[in-house]
This record gives sequence, C-alpha cells and structure tokens, in this order.
Amino acid sequence: MSIDLKTIKHISKLSRISVDEQKAEKLAGDLNSIFKFIEKMNELNTDNVEPLTSVAETTLKFRSDEVKNQNIREQIIKNSPEDNEDFFVVPKVVE
Amino acid sequence: MSDITSQTLTSLVKNIKEKKLSSEEVTKAFVDRSEKSKELNSYITEDFSNAIDKSKKFDEKPNLDLKLPGIPIAVKDLFCTKDIRTTAGSKILENFVPTYESTVTQNIWNEGAILLGKLNCDEFAMGSSNETSFYGNVQNPIDKGLVPGGSSGGSAAAVSGQLTPITIGTDTGGSIRQPASFTGTVGLKPTYGSCSRYGIVAFASSLDQAGPMSQNVEDCALLQEVISTYDNKDSTSIDFKRGQYSKELTKDIKGKKIGIPKEYRVEGMPKEIEELWKKGIEYAKDCGAEIIDISLPNTSYALPTYYIVAPAEASSNLARYDGVKYGFRAKGENLIDMYEKTRSEGFGSEVQRRIMIGTYVLSSGYYDAYYLKAQKVRKLIKNDFDEVYKKVDAILTPSTPSSAFKIGEKKNDPVSMYLNDIFTVPVNLAGLPAISIPAGLDSAGYPLGLQIIGKAFQEQEILNLAYAMEDKINFKNKITDWWIK
Repeated sequence: MSIDLKTIKHISKLSRISVDEQKAEKLAGDLNSIFKFIEKMNELNTDNVEPLTSVAETTLKFRSDEVKNQNIREQIIKNSPEDNEDFFVVPKVVE
Repeated sequence: MSDITSQTLTSLVKNIKEKKLSSEEVTKAFVDRSEKSKELNSYITEDFSNAIDKSKKFDEKPNLDLKLPGIPIAVKDLFCTKDIRTTAGSKILENFVPTYESTVTQNIWNEGAILLGKLNCDEFAMGSSNETSFYGNVQNPIDKGLVPGGSSGGSAAAVSGQLTPITIGTDTGGSIRQPASFTGTVGLKPTYGSCSRYGIVAFASSLDQAGPMSQNVEDCALLQEVISTYDNKDSTSIDFKRGQYSKELTKDIKGKKIGIPKEYRVEGMPKEIEELWKKGIEYAKDCGAEIIDISLPNTSYALPTYYIVAPAEASSNLARYDGVKYGFRAKGENLIDMYEKTRSEGFGSEVQRRIMIGTYVLSSGYYDAYYLKAQKVRKLIKNDFDEVYKKVDAILTPSTPSSAFKIGEKKNDPVSMYLNDIFTVPVNLAGLPAISIPAGLDSAGYPLGLQIIGKAFQEQEILNLAYAMEDKINFKNKITDWWIK
C-alpha cells in the first residue's frame, strides 16, 4: 500500500490542515515510511479477539445531571482570539 | 547551607520541618541556579518572583505538617496552572492562560509546594527528544549538544541539573521513563487511572498518565503519594486504595519473583545495554529476588499498535484547536480557510504528521484495517502481561535501547525516533505502572536506565524493588555544571 498525494490532500482536508505541494510530498514520504513500519501488525491473526478500548476495567460512575450556575462566562471567553461581549467572533459564515 | 540545590527532596523537607532551612532560602537557591542555567532552556515560563513571594508568605506562618512544606517545584508545561501561561510546547497555545488548575498540580500546592515555573516539553508531548517544542531544544545537563529525551525533556533536565528538587511529567508512550533514563534520574509512570488527567493538555487519553521525576526512589515515592488521588473530574480516574508510598517503602524484596522477557533482547541493541541488563539481574538476585525467564510474545507489535492508537486519539483530541475558543488564530478568507491556516501555522510538523496519521486510520475505509486491528492487537499485548503476572510479581527490562543521542541526530527520521520507545510503549498499552532508575553509564559516560514494570495498582511493589536495587547500584550522576559560566 502506498499513500499518494491525492490521499494526502484528502486527509489534510479532513483534518483541516492546509497543505501545499511541497509539504504534501514530504508528508507522503514520511507517512509511507511510518505505515511500512505499522504494517507489521498485519502478521498477527486477530480473528475472535475483542478490541481493547480502555484499560481501566471499571464501569463509569454516574453523577446526577444537575445544572450548576458557576457564572464563568468571562472565564470561558477570556482566552479567545476575538470576542464581542459574550460571543466568540469568527469570519462571516452567512452572506 | 551552600549546597541546597544538590539535596534530595526528602532531605529538604526534613530540613524545613526541623527549621534548619526556610522555604525562602530553598526557593531562592533554586531560583538562583535556574537563573544561571538559561542555556539548558529547561523553562518555557518562569514564575520566580511569585515563587519567592510565596516562600516568604509560607515562612511567616509555616505549616510544617504538610508533605511538601514550602518546597519550590517546577512542572511540565502540559499541566494547566491557573493564571500561569500553559503552552504544551506549542505555538498554538502561546498565549493560553488557564482559568483553572489541574488536579495533580493542585494536589502538590495543597501539600505546601510552590510553583517555580513551567518546563519545556515536546509539542503536545509528541516526541522523544524535546526537539519538537516550539520553544526550542533542551540541553541535557549530562553533556552539551545531547538531547534530554522526551517528551518530558525540560522536566528531566531540570531535575538532573538541579533546577528543581523534583518535578512531574506525563507519560503516554515513555515520556517520563525515557528522559529519566537519558538524564540519570528516576521516573515513575503510574497505573492508568492512578493520577487524574483533569487539567492536563490531552494527547492520547487512553494512554496519558502523570507521574513523578526525581533524583532518587524515596523522593519519587513521596511525590507519588501526593499526586495520586481519586478524582471525579476525570471519568477514567480509578477509586482504589492508594498506599502511603513513602512510609511503606522497604528494601526487603526477598522472595519477589522478577520476570526477564526474552523478547526485549532486540536486534541491534548495544552490548552495553545487554551488559547493564545482566548486571541488573545480578543486583536483583543480590537483593534476594528470584529471577524467572518469561515470554511476552507480542512485544514487537507494540510500537506499530501505539502509532495507530496514539495518533488516532490525538487527532480527535486536537480537533479543539480551531482558532475560535482559545489559542492562536491565523487570518483566513472564510471560516474554513481560517481553520486550515490556523492549524497549519499553529502546529509544528510532528504534530501535523500525527494528526494526519490519526485522521487517516480513523477515516472511512481504513478504520477496520488500522484502528480496530490495533485495538485487537492491544488486547493481545495486555493478555501477554496478564498471563506472565500469574507467575511473577514484576518485570525487569532496560528502559531504552540506547543512551541519549545528539541533538539533530534523529530529527529527520521519524521511524528511528519512534524506536526509542520500544521498551516503554507496551506498558502504556497495557495500562501498567513502571519505573525507570539510573543503573550505569555507557562508554561515553552517558546514563543508562533499567525499567521495572509492575502489576496494575502495585506502585508500592515496584517502588520497593527500585529502592532495594538503587541501594545496590549506587549510581552517581556526573553533572559538571558545564552550562554555568
């Protein structure tokens, strides 16, 4: 298997990271060598093996679903690159 | 006392409790040495004047019943610290000032410790040499031009170089143990669920754990006792009975069964590492432990599995950096363009590479072949450990397949960089605790570490084994202070 430039462009779109030609070629090279190394995994037969999603073998604890008015509006907005009163500001999305 | 910074944490605590030293004296000594150690580039953010103010306040009304009374501590810049910039080594968080505190750091402050500053690390903890940090390389105090390891490279350098008496790092695939091994220090990765992940900048949530990095095992046990608490703010925090690790520490390990896994004898491993491992086995025997040959047959599949699971989780964890809610924002022609440019300019190349790998293995058509397959292999790796733990109490291996390498040596070859974590990654995949202790020097005089892997929740057991072996090894770190003019 080999990851071509078209695939790199597709992944870059999915991950919302802009990639120019030069960067795409570098990434394709890197990813191909990494995946060549990863492919080793396919030597193993994993039929009838349960996938392991968490090593923490406990059931999740429940808590009551309560509304807590912590009044942290200011804290939430504090680190935003651009805000206007109580709102995050983004480039215009509707004409 | 002129040699404050060369004292262990345990000795500093004792001296403060016995009023032989004040918090201000201790804090000033570490601030002073940190000021003289800029060339190591251990710190991303210093908080020195606040630290001295806090130490004076502590001395006015000292609470000497606390476990870390007035002790200054610098921490990895992956822990959110309230009102103190937290960057995770990334440009994208260059101006991020958390409005809340991580549970682990809060636990430390609750016991009387004082923040010295935030320590350099690989960007989002992705790296094994500290070279992926946006804030530059960290120099290994052992020798100029040598990497300190990663991702907790600044933390390891700061402990080894005596800029902080102790520190905390995080370990997703070896990020505490590998740098500890490279700098002649002790590093513990606790059982998954032992230390809360609340307020730690997330990398791979099913693998991330915080843990202590120290000069010796006793200090390590004391800090582990402080940071390990059940926390309902982390849904994977586990409510188990935690030990009084430092109080229960013992060198009596007679009759303990230690497994030696044959699969860790990897091809191309330097002879010095092989020799070190053999010596380690002899030390363990000298302490009265019983050595048993074991097999962990799926070991060689751990790294490939890790490089699917960790990037997959990272790609979804890092989706939050979109230039809207916090962090760096690039200008864009429209919303999508803004997202794409923000992430392209805000993340470094290793982080982008891992997001790409993660996105690919989770994408439609590849999920089963890669992500699901990796989760199944992960199960087999965990089964290997479950099986051997029916016969042994712990496992002894080298910590890394080599000693510290030169800055720049592996930077352009991701796979050779990844191979550094070959002995540490299986532990994270299985969620087990493991400790790296310095065990010798190679021909260049660079430290080498041994790793002791324990059963889940048996931190006390591996701390005891490490404590007993440390005594036999009698390791002395060769720090020449080359960076101090």
